[in-house]
Amino acid sequence: MNFEATIGLEVHVELKTNSKAFSPAPVEYGAEPNTNTNVVDWGYPGALPTINRGIIEFGMRAALALNCEITRDMLFDRKNYFYPDNPKAYQITQSETPIGRNGWVEIEVDGKKKKIGIEEMHVEEDAGKNTHSPDGYSYVDLNRQGTPLIEIVSKPDISSADEAYAYLVKLRQIVQFTGVSDVKMEEGSMRADVNVSVHPIGSDKLGTKTEMKNLNSFEHVRKGAHYESKRQQRVLLAGGKVQQETRRFDEATGETVLMRVKEGASDYRYFPEPDLPPVHISDEWIEEVRQSIPEMPDKRRARYVSEWKLPEYDAGVLTQTKEMSDFFEATVAAGAAPKLAANWLMGEVNAYLNAKQIDLPATKLTPAHLATMIKMIENETISSKIAKKVFKEIITNDTEPKAWVEQKGMVQLSDPAVLQPIIDQVLDNNQKSIDDFKNGKDRAIGFLVGQIMKQTHGKANPKVVNQLLLASLQAR
Amino acid sequence: MDYFKQDLTSLHELLVKKEISVTELVKETFATIKQRDQKLAAFLTLNEQTALEQAALLDQNGVDPENILAGIPLAIKDNIVTKDLRTTAASKILENFQPIYNATVMDKLAVKQVITVGKTNLDEFAMGGSTENSAFKITKNAWDQTKVPGGSSGGSAAAVASGEVIGALGSDTGGSIRQPAAFNGIVGVKPTYGRVSRFGLIAFASSMDQIGPLTRTVKDNALILNAISGVDPHDATSSTQSVPDFAAGLDGDIKGMRIAVPKEYLGKGIAADVREAIQNAINTFEKLGASVAEVSLPHSKYGVPVYYIIASSEASSNLQRFDGIRYGYRAQDVKNLEDVYVKSRSKAFGDEVKRRIMLGTFSLSAGTYDAFFKKAAQVRTLICRDFAKVYRDYDLILGPTAPTTAFGIGEDIDDPVTMYMNDILTIPVNLAGLPGMSLPAGFSNGLPVGLQLIANQFDEQTLYRAGYAFEQATDFHKQVPAIGGQN
Repeated sequence: MNFEATIGLEVHVELKTNSKAFSPAPVEYGAEPNTNTNVVDWGYPGALPTINRGIIEFGMRAALALNCEITRDMLFDRKNYFYPDNPKAYQITQSETPIGRNGWVEIEVDGKKKKIGIEEMHVEEDAGKNTHSPDGYSYVDLNRQGTPLIEIVSKPDISSADEAYAYLVKLRQIVQFTGVSDVKMEEGSMRADVNVSVHPIGSDKLGTKTEMKNLNSFEHVRKGAHYESKRQQRVLLAGGKVQQETRRFDEATGETVLMRVKEGASDYRYFPEPDLPPVHISDEWIEEVRQSIPEMPDKRRARYVSEWKLPEYDAGVLTQTKEMSDFFEATVAAGAAPKLAANWLMGEVNAYLNAKQIDLPATKLTPAHLATMIKMIENETISSKIAKKVFKEIITNDTEPKAWVEQKGMVQLSDPAVLQPIIDQVLDNNQKSIDDFKNGKDRAIGFLVGQIMKQTHGKANPKVVNQLLLASLQAR
Repeated sequence: MDYFKQDLTSLHELLVKKEISVTELVKETFATIKQRDQKLAAFLTLNEQTALEQAALLDQNGVDPENILAGIPLAIKDNIVTKDLRTTAASKILENFQPIYNATVMDKLAVKQVITVGKTNLDEFAMGGSTENSAFKITKNAWDQTKVPGGSSGGSAAAVASGEVIGALGSDTGGSIRQPAAFNGIVGVKPTYGRVSRFGLIAFASSMDQIGPLTRTVKDNALILNAISGVDPHDATSSTQSVPDFAAGLDGDIKGMRIAVPKEYLGKGIAADVREAIQNAINTFEKLGASVAEVSLPHSKYGVPVYYIIASSEASSNLQRFDGIRYGYRAQDVKNLEDVYVKSRSKAFGDEVKRRIMLGTFSLSAGTYDAFFKKAAQVRTLICRDFAKVYRDYDLILGPTAPTTAFGIGEDIDDPVTMYMNDILTIPVNLAGLPGMSLPAGFSNGLPVGLQLIANQFDEQTLYRAGYAFEQATDFHKQVPAIGGQN
């Protein structure tokens, strides 16, 4: 029997609003525990939530970018449960009226395109954070309490671990482009719950699903989903039954391990949040938000290929993040040839970012400086060797490259009138190399060029040197 | 200070003319409270030291003649949080809770230089109609100390009716200002939902809770409501409706006012003495030139079950934050986290609170939500429509506040359904978010009878105009209970 997997993903994305979803406390990653909190976040007696308009706006932006229909009249709901990181003992969320419904994203796996449906997308607040100390106490940090989240729930359209991976990459890319979140897995601003079930191919009845919660790496999602679908197939083929349960992905072994069996669904006693009035979203508001959404990565990629004749691969790499894509477009706008700009960004710039483990905005590089440098290479003002020095300067210091190159005397020597006497002098001093050349030993050229470069402190234009040298040798 | 001889206007004049200093007033008030509260038990916490400091400062700086509330001592129901002043909601679980912030109404009163004399007793978390559900003490009715003061704002009502203070704040979720006002023969107003900020009111049922004033006269009531009304950025359900001067236009002229009396409000279950007092009130209004006609509120009979489902559901969620981890009481001899929750809550909540938490939890559960909470929410809409229909043709609805006068202490406490039915006339007003007033309309066997007036949303002005006209035409509000004659 052949099986097919059905994978569902519930992705939480932290919104980078200035203040929390329902309180005026600031949202900030890495602050001292419990400093970014107030009476609302503590669930203090008598305190009431208020709606930060930013969460509706950000939620709408993400929902529109994910092709969702917008719910015009929304309520918030309470999800009730006791836990120390949840001081009100309820989470304010949207269960009946999610801000977005029926969206989709397009993924591509092995050259095949596929639309993955989005069931719904809602806005809610995050809980605080518990830590368990070796001193025997558990500590609660409420800085994260009330941080706005969106939860994006996929339709059961994903049928392989690779598709799940591609879906997450696409989701992150789109959300990142909307600017509503940093979508940084390592800081927890993007997390995924994964449901996996398998059923015989041809059957339209879905199998019993298992769940893995709070995975914080795309690779873990891929490996976990893959392992889990194989495990379920083995269970079924052996005549067993898949249990509805929560499993943990073990990073060390790449396997999933049983955490707890679900005994009936938890009852969160959802009901409309009486402290918050209904929110109405007007046509005008939707239009306003729609206008604020930047061009999405897929469109940009297509444009780079058709307009600037970039290879598909380059266009894909450059549109991974909005920062890179914006930087690339600005560099081209500043006069750099698109393909050269692409080469530099994908090559030297990416290598630098990887080596330093930083993002583009953390460097001193500007599109204008990069474009100036690229133009200097194109018009042979500097050699590619010098260019490496210039690049190092402009990415670490906010230096205008043209002035710097002139000031440092790094402008390439291309004038034959300047170069010819140096070549003549080198030839005069190296009769043996001339003889070698005449006897067919081409290696001699390399040595002579090296001597010329030495005389010019590396500034001679190699192309011009080669031409002049060959002519001079033949003339001797 | 004999508060039975003063209203806010005359008291303000005495202060401005320095016929009495604020310090003297405050000292005398505390002396009266200490003496009368031995019998009444209206207060849970007194704020004497701070009150005297504030009084001294006011005496030093002079009382602003433009600010009628300057230096006036008021009592505050103990479910309204007061910065650095113990706030318990009459629950063991908050026994020693010292809030770090002020409710919005407290900030507003502070701006008006009101002096908080103390925190008054209530049914635990405002759940009840007799103040017998307090974890700390049993407050007595100002007119008869064998009777309950009503509730849940029983402490505030008894304190005002006995002349301990000239006014107090209460809160009303299903009648908790109006019914104790009725039982104690004073004026109590539950404003329109959204008129007064709930920020800092320890939540019972968020969609119905509302803070309001209890006073001996209609005009005093309007003056205090003036001070606490208005939109609050901290309360998303507070209304941006403009706040008129509720004390303006009180001239006794209500000619042509169209008053509706729902037949359900004078039907079965209403005691004969109450019905008679209300009938007399109707006659008075007619003499004043109002027209009175019978109408129907057909869905009001469902008010009690609908209210107890919705209010208890919201309460079951609101009270979850009291988990034994923070604020106050925590059970000892616990094995794990769940044990802390279960034991702390089991020991520190009273029976009535636990009853409502269970009722609410049940109503919201996955298998029962549709039949209980959802159905109740739908019927709530029908009740709202009943009222809206009446206000198309009428300015005001009139009826009794409670089906009976004050009952005996201990009489109904073990019979929750009888207790709940006592709210049948006040509850629909909260479900519909309307403003309601109770004011004295007579006596039966020495106990006050309350008249209830109900206006359309944000039309407190009509309540006050009608209430004032009735008050001026009658002398029930001039009666003094025995305890008020002592000194």
